[in-house]
Amino acid sequence: MKTPLSWLKEYVDIELPTEELARRMTLAGLEVEEIRYVGYPLPEGDKRREAKITGFAWDPDEIVVGAIHEVMPHPNADRLVLCRLEDGEEEHTVLTGAPNLFPYKGKGELDSPLKVAYAREGATVIDAYSESEETEYTTIQRKKIRGVDSYSMACSERELGISDEHEGIIILDEDAPTGLPLVDYMGDVVFDIAITPNFARDANIIGVAREIAAITGQELRYPDLDVAQRGDPIQGKVKIEITDPELNPRFAFGLIENVKIQPSPYKVRLRLKLSGVRAINALVDATNYAMLELGEPLHAFDYDILQARAQEAGAAAPTIITRAAKQGETLVTLDDEERQLDDFTVLVTDQSGPLALAGVMGGAASEVHEETTNVLLEGAAWNMINTRRTVMSQNLPSEAAYRFSRGVHPELAPQGVWRGLKLMHEWAGGTVSQGLVDEYPLPPEDPTVEITPGDVRRWLGIDLNVEEIVSILESLAFTCRVSERLSVNGEQSSVNGEQSSVNGHQSLTTDHYSLITVTTPKHRLDIGAGVVGKADLMEEIARVYGYDRVPETRMADALPPQRGNRELDIEEKLRDMLVNLGLQEVISHRLTSPENEARRFPAGEAPKEVYAPLVNPISPERSALRRSLLASVLNTVEGNYRIQDRVAIFEIGPVFLPHEGEELPVESPRLAMAITGPRSLPDWGTAGTREMDFYDLKGIVETALGALHLDGIRYERGGNPSFHPGKCADVFVGEEKIGSFGELHPLVRENYDLPETTLAAAVFDLSALTALVPTLFDVDSIPNQPPVLEDLAVVIDEDVPAEKVAALIRQTGGKILTDLRLFDVYRGDQVGEGKKSLAYSLVYQHPERTLTDKEVAKVRKSIVYRVERELGGKLRE
Amino acid sequence: MLEKIGEIKKTALDALAKIEGEEGLDQWKVTHLGRSSAIMDVFKNMGSVPKEERGNVGRTANQVKQALQAALDEKKEALHQAEIQRALQEEKIDITLPGYAIPRGRLHPTTQTLREIYRVFADMGFQIYRSREVETDEFNFQLLNFPPHHPAREMQDSFYVDSGEERGENPILLRTHTSPGQIRAMREFTAENPDNPPPVRIILPGMCYRYEQVSARSETQFTQVEGLAVGHDVTFSDLKGTLSDFARRMFGKNVDSRFRASHFPFTEPSAEMDIECFLCGGAGCSVCKHTGWLEILGCGMVHPNVLSNGGYDPERYSGFAFGMGPERITMLRYHIEDIRYFWANDMRFLEQF
Ligand SMILES: [Zn+2]
Repeated sequence: MKTPLSWLKEYVDIELPTEELARRMTLAGLEVEEIRYVGYPLPEGDKRREAKITGFAWDPDEIVVGAIHEVMPHPNADRLVLCRLEDGEEEHTVLTGAPNLFPYKGKGELDSPLKVAYAREGATVIDAYSESEETEYTTIQRKKIRGVDSYSMACSERELGISDEHEGIIILDEDAPTGLPLVDYMGDVVFDIAITPNFARDANIIGVAREIAAITGQELRYPDLDVAQRGDPIQGKVKIEITDPELNPRFAFGLIENVKIQPSPYKVRLRLKLSGVRAINALVDATNYAMLELGEPLHAFDYDILQARAQEAGAAAPTIITRAAKQGETLVTLDDEERQLDDFTVLVTDQSGPLALAGVMGGAASEVHEETTNVLLEGAAWNMINTRRTVMSQNLPSEAAYRFSRGVHPELAPQGVWRGLKLMHEWAGGTVSQGLVDEYPLPPEDPTVEITPGDVRRWLGIDLNVEEIVSILESLAFTCRVSERLSVNGEQSSVNGEQSSVNGHQSLTTDHYSLITVTTPKHRLDIGAGVVGKADLMEEIARVYGYDRVPETRMADALPPQRGNRELDIEEKLRDMLVNLGLQEVISHRLTSPENEARRFPAGEAPKEVYAPLVNPISPERSALRRSLLASVLNTVEGNYRIQDRVAIFEIGPVFLPHEGEELPVESPRLAMAITGPRSLPDWGTAGTREMDFYDLKGIVETALGALHLDGIRYERGGNPSFHPGKCADVFVGEEKIGSFGELHPLVRENYDLPETTLAAAVFDLSALTALVPTLFDVDSIPNQPPVLEDLAVVIDEDVPAEKVAALIRQTGGKILTDLRLFDVYRGDQVGEGKKSLAYSLVYQHPERTLTDKEVAKVRKSIVYRVERELGGKLRE
Repeated sequence: MLEKIGEIKKTALDALAKIEGEEGLDQWKVTHLGRSSAIMDVFKNMGSVPKEERGNVGRTANQVKQALQAALDEKKEALHQAEIQRALQEEKIDITLPGYAIPRGRLHPTTQTLREIYRVFADMGFQIYRSREVETDEFNFQLLNFPPHHPAREMQDSFYVDSGEERGENPILLRTHTSPGQIRAMREFTAENPDNPPPVRIILPGMCYRYEQVSARSETQFTQVEGLAVGHDVTFSDLKGTLSDFARRMFGKNVDSRFRASHFPFTEPSAEMDIECFLCGGAGCSVCKHTGWLEILGCGMVHPNVLSNGGYDPERYSGFAFGMGPERITMLRYHIEDIRYFWANDMRFLEQF
């Protein structure tokens, strides 16, 4: 909210320097985001600032109030005029093309001079003709324009950084003192304050002034609501019918007759502009001005139009009815849009139909216009939820709707009307009728909350006495009543003044304490009842006391039981392990599309899958929650392979699986990996390395699972449709399948923008895996006996899996075979067609004694025997 | 005889002096100290030496033998040293050539920041509690004191999930903050002991989602770490103490922090914590918009309605909660200009961490 300091100063004395004030307001919850200097010098130097600083300074010696006494035609140019201007020191001839001076051209000496913002020779103003995005400045220099000397100017608002207005020059109010530096006359500072929803009560000058008064220890002054009511009584001229007080707790009308539509004074228009509101005419400006000041949005109806509609409907006077819209009802709003109304929209209507969207926007038919003379001024209170829903469905944000959709206290309605009438009378003349028509069927309960200094201690951790608490709350207009109570054994009883009977109870101790009964002021709706109200008051106390003055303490409270988080511990361990194995962690968007994920299956083979789709996706590519982490890592490889040919990544995160009969989808944690490209990075020392394939990934899988000490891991030929059927493994721990991996199916690869290099990928179900990870594991002693090492190569049929050979060797070797490692696989002439040679190195070791050659030879012999008998292999010599 | 021994010694030492490489030493040893060397002949022929001279000759021969051995050792060592010196002189590589490339894995920057946050809070007794990402309106908003149509909801536009059924004011959505986990955690704990629930000290990390146009400053998903402490005597001053302590542990032991009044529906009083800008030391720079402060987290005392909804009686328990964005912290620390980098998974970004 843009807030001119000059306006605030009408209601509260401000002694703090501007930036210090901004800092204090920010700490108290009114965050000052920007400080705009209008005319005043901007702070110098590059020290730190409390907010963004903007603005343009007017040199007090060079930019002053000038008085134009005569507007004369230019001898050589129709579109220019010459002004005889006095600047408090001497007379000047000023040349200008401002169209708003043309009506005075050739009229001779003016009866009352026109006051303008005069920039002397050498003054710096904003270059109004610059096309640049950045503000550019220009210094006024003497030059000849169409044969006439020009060395100074009368400024437009754009030239002084007030607004974008450059159609004409500024014409000040008549009472502006000639020769006074313009900055002294109308310089200002505007705070742009971010108003949080609970501070909606402060979205007005009085609200901000009240906060400033509270935090700086000043008194708040209140606007003058005293209006001379010289007209007839309003009673009988209009009636109000509220059909549902929940929608419309209060509705008040005031009437002013015989107003003259004209512009409001320049200073009023300036203030509105600095507040971000367009100046229209005295009537509209008065409603806006009163709203900005008090926070009560007003609506002005042309009374004659309502009267005419009433008579047409056969009534003597208009009856204004407020009600919810009916489905299908329409209204043409003052922006000339025909609006289809929802049943939650509240309407102001008369006997003939809708007049306005309550609290949001007026209707075109009953609006004040150029010929309006009699104005019926509405101040009301509307249900904030209905207002909010209407704003959303009609897409009609406005200053009024902003306030009503956050809640406006009904007590403000008549105050706003009186203030509005007073301003209209001041700026547009006319006669104010006596009294208001005021229907108030549903006054809010202004909650009363009881608090004690003990509460302040318990919530805030500070010790304040009763006087301090009361003083803080009263500075924000709360009413406080203090009573003395008795507590028994530290328990505060709610029984007032009753003397407790001690009756020999040694342990019973009593004490007095003060209870403060706090009543909410009649301008705010954000204070709750009971313990909620207590919390609300704690915030008020802490804010005004100053968050910065609250000490920093360590929690003295008991520590909770240690629960641990096993799933996360295991995830983090896996992350570390995979990073150690050279994989980069990635985190993908979890919103994707079923079409994108279907690419992980060969075209036409994607199974039907149930997704959790979004109602309101931001784009079709992100229309549902992912079901597959494999799809996520494949997307990442696809996105990177053009940049680098080696990609090795993993991701850990949930997939979202909707289940029939479950309210929410199951969120199942997954691990996915993908590797592609050369095994090592290209460098000058290694001339080309082989591509990573199934076995590289298997090595990663084995190492990572090994690090978790999983027992009984098995690899079986797998059937994951994303992978090459011949190069795919399922991973089991005991009977439980925990994941699968393999080289990407060639038809799947074709679905992605990927090169024809081998890509190996894996997916694991982390919840299944986590459940199987042992908490502890045993460590073997280091044997102090020397090992016996030997190699053994067997030739075997191609289709006997290597794991079968290894298992047989291990089994036969028994306890003394402590290590078995495959170090070569050979196929070729030496072993013959359809055969392969598997070469193993074996380590024999006995935990307690040295093995004899004889013992080792015996084991070896039985291994060879079993390989021959059971697997049809033979020893390779 | 003694003269002859002197000759033998001289001849041997002369020969030794002429040797220039280690390879000549073995031959010299055979010739001058070997079985058929001149000195060994002296011993062999001792029988022909007059008896009275034997003692003297034997002693002298022995001394010569030892002297030759010592000379050999010395020569050997000298040649070895010379060889090393020569090698050091000659063997020179171009140390400016790049090292052999070794593939390396890294944690995602968000994971790295999350772990730092975990570590700092673990030191302060906060445990990690994770909860689901798809939520109901009830848990994401209503139980956190955002009634339907509450204005504060405007700042948290949601993605709604199509559940295939009419759910009225309790639609399914993607959580907009990790706060629904507060309710889930408190309810889990109060179920253990409804009359006297245990104290709470947890942090809740995880992915959150907001319906926002994607730009350099906003993404549709982001991680959040929320914290919750509930107990019998937890105060606003404890909140200040705990979070200032966090700031010092996370951003530097002299980092100042300040608390500004703010608004969140689920806390009362509410605050924003700013820390002194760690880029300019508080002097003012473009990152802190010349204020010297960086907005780091939102916090406040847990709203009584939220405590009640979690099963904790607000008349007996109090607590504080806070929330921060690991991506924002990461962006500030590393001058990252575009939040979209985080989930785009471009290796050129990820490999810088
Ligand atoms: Zn800075």
